[in-house]
Amino acid sequence: MRKVAVIRFPGSNCDFDTLSSARRVGTNAYFVWHRDTDLQGADAVLLPGGFSYGDYLRSGAIARFSPIMPAVQRFAQEGGPVLGICNGFQILCEAGMLPGALMRNAQLTFVARPVALRVEQTDTAFTNRYTQGELLRMPVAHGEGRFAADQATLRRLEAEGRVVVRYVELDGSPLKDGAINGSLNDIAGIANPEGNVVGLMPHPDRAADPALGNTDGLGFFSSMLSWAPLKGATR
Amino acid sequence: MHYKVHVRIVPRAGLLDPQGQAVEHALTALGFREAGDVRVGKAIELSIDAKSAEDARGRARAMCDKLLANPVTEDYLVEVEG
Repeated sequence: MRKVAVIRFPGSNCDFDTLSSARRVGTNAYFVWHRDTDLQGADAVLLPGGFSYGDYLRSGAIARFSPIMPAVQRFAQEGGPVLGICNGFQILCEAGMLPGALMRNAQLTFVARPVALRVEQTDTAFTNRYTQGELLRMPVAHGEGRFAADQATLRRLEAEGRVVVRYVELDGSPLKDGAINGSLNDIAGIANPEGNVVGLMPHPDRAADPALGNTDGLGFFSSMLSWAPLKGATR
Repeated sequence: MHYKVHVRIVPRAGLLDPQGQAVEHALTALGFREAGDVRVGKAIELSIDAKSAEDARGRARAMCDKLLANPVTEDYLVEVEG
């Protein structure tokens, strides 16, 4: 695990933060343009935050049809680790690589502030360096981050332990009144059944540099290094 | 033949629609107390080159299923002029 592809879409704006975070854990991370069709032998793929295609129509709805996306989907189907952060999460949901959708925040305002998260699932490609129940702080910055899914999907996600991180109060107690964005069950991030595809709205890429005073997010990037490729069958 | 097509996309009933709620509150505040069940969606107009109105409708529905509407959160209505 040394080669990490960071996909850039027109309107990505967390591409450098994501690249820098991946390099900080010792990978040879590089950019791949959305019009490319080849991941250049990547061991992991990161979809950064931003506003691909201006969020036109719906966040991520147009980016998911980018020429690079079939390669990303094949890579994920073969068990390759794929992380979507913020807009990257929205793209993964639009592409059907993760269930559900991210809708307009319940309070209708853009929310940009540090939040507290509880790690709910550590058996994924991006959270295996954390411990179950660990509290993390990192920023959110989104207008459309309210996780929505039908009741059957929501029940399945919870029953299968696929909620990866959940919004909580700073002391770890349950979030009061869905105060971040109104997400169902305070869901901040989820995984596919195999744990190799993860999406979350908060920004680990903005909490991965000691110079910024918070490295709580670094574990998302270092976890890639210890995820055995094609682990899916043993989970 | 070119058909003018109107696509209406609305948040699925039962899902929280904070935009609809905000607009409803504003209408109530303005004295339109008779207004209720407000939902805010999108309207998309396009012209479709097709052999018949039915073909145009079918193509528009395919566009909705593939791109224009999110099957998880939205419903759509297609109207073909003429």
